[in-house]
Amino acid sequence: MKTRKYVPYLYMFPGLIMVLFFVYIPVLMNIGYSFFRLSSYSAGATFVGLDNYRRFFTDDTFPVMLKNNGLYCIISLIVQVGFGTVMALILEGSAIGKKMRGIFRNIYFMPSLISLVAVGLMFTFIYEPNVGFINSLLKAMHLPGKAWLGDSKLAIYCIIAMSQWQFTGYITLLMAVAFQNVPEDYAEAAAIDGAGPVRRAVSILIPQAKEQLLVCSIITVIGAFKLYTEVYSTTSGGPGNSSQVLGLFLYQQAFLHDDLGMAAVTGVFIFVITVVLSVLQLKVTRSGKD
Amino acid sequence: MKTMNHHFTSKVLLNLLCILLCVVIFAPLFWIILNSLKTNQELFKNSLSLPQVWRFDNYAKAWKLGLYKYFGNSVLVSSISLCAILIFSSLLAYGLTRFKAKGVGIIFIIVLGGMALSEQVALVPLYKMLKALQIYDTYFAVILPYIAFRIPFTVFLMRAYFISIPAELEEAAIVDGYNSFQIFTKIIVPISKPIFASCAIVNLNFVWNEFLFANVFLNNKAIQTIPIGLMTFRGDLKIDYTTTLAGLIIASLPLIILFFCMSKQFVRGLTAGAVKG
Repeated sequence: MKTRKYVPYLYMFPGLIMVLFFVYIPVLMNIGYSFFRLSSYSAGATFVGLDNYRRFFTDDTFPVMLKNNGLYCIISLIVQVGFGTVMALILEGSAIGKKMRGIFRNIYFMPSLISLVAVGLMFTFIYEPNVGFINSLLKAMHLPGKAWLGDSKLAIYCIIAMSQWQFTGYITLLMAVAFQNVPEDYAEAAAIDGAGPVRRAVSILIPQAKEQLLVCSIITVIGAFKLYTEVYSTTSGGPGNSSQVLGLFLYQQAFLHDDLGMAAVTGVFIFVITVVLSVLQLKVTRSGKD
Repeated sequence: MKTMNHHFTSKVLLNLLCILLCVVIFAPLFWIILNSLKTNQELFKNSLSLPQVWRFDNYAKAWKLGLYKYFGNSVLVSSISLCAILIFSSLLAYGLTRFKAKGVGIIFIIVLGGMALSEQVALVPLYKMLKALQIYDTYFAVILPYIAFRIPFTVFLMRAYFISIPAELEEAAIVDGYNSFQIFTKIIVPISKPIFASCAIVNLNFVWNEFLFANVFLNNKAIQTIPIGLMTFRGDLKIDYTTTLAGLIIASLPLIILFFCMSKQFVRGLTAGAVKG
């Protein structure tokens, strides 16, 4: 389109400024903060070099957080991406009637529309030891109940289970859309050649949607390392520090312990992990487009 | 005949699996709804039983006790944020795709790069910035970061859609004497309705439910949004479980209703791009 030279930049300017000012600058500032001892109550800052990093990596909760974020990541990959994709294949297959497909898909998607806090609070009731849903069910079947969120061995698994309940349907919807975009004649040709539904899924549908599958996997992994609200609204990292995760640790260091430098280091750690994964995601999406 | 039978059995089993999954999703929700209609005594006696009297006044109580305030704040914050996100992102995506301008490649990479930067990494500096700008603890303390953090992803989705619009449409409009802004508002925006719908739902889901920024940047109870409201609500009500449950349901309904009204548009807008976040 022929216009005056500056015109395209006028369209891009407001959005670009917002992103630079409220996303890029704070993230860069955070890297700077990680080398200082900082408090939110005083303006001064003391340069401490890598001391915040040393404290972060030697903190007792560091291995706990790595384990918890890692567990969340692996289980989410298996359940949300793995099982979610299988459900998408089933929905797009011939076994489910055309009308029911959309209904099932929307029902599975529904939990992801409820706020993380609301889901967190709902599940604290569901896991509640005396009157909660799960223990009431167990009692009705004459089985012993458990302290679920109050048990340091179980708490993180309860939170992970809650997230699988909430987000598996999200991936199912994304993958179902991706499978719909695979040209129908591919599958028809394969069917004429005698390929069964499983064979068609493995050798046609999944390879055709592999880009979306990878994107879903990376999004899930990134989400696992940003985990915060789910833990905050259920256990607040307890009992003890047993369900502590990086995101919540950052918040607590900054706003409960007033140790902004330590929070900044946690931020840098999350930053490195998510940026590496995001670059990978962009490579995948772009390689498919060109 | 044997393969026919085999086919029929697997069809039944797969349908059963789909229904079973619906049960897994609905059972906890159903239990929550059931208990939101009881008295606290009834809940403590047996949380699995049906209510003796269906107490819909729990909902009225939750609403009047303060939920309406959080609700209003969320409507305000979400609508301003959503409008700004859609306007800024569509203009930016238009500038990126429909002109041949220098530096577009770099601008695109900068904007897209924003997708990799997470809210937590910016949390502490943003807190200090908002205080310095004296907008901490105002509606703008969350609105501005919401807009900024949602632009990259929204541009990513819109750009892919805009690229697929054929250039001939614009050429015809130029012959008719349209300028670039008229082309944007009269041609690009109307044919991009599906992607606007998808972006609206995805972003609304984010801003309506966002917790981290709202928790840190909104201290004053009078301006807090629903997710923060729910946390304080529960703290205030302590052992009034049934009212809290009613509140949780009220807070969750708007988006669910909206999604079921717009789900067709939503799915249509989701082309090959990745939508989560």
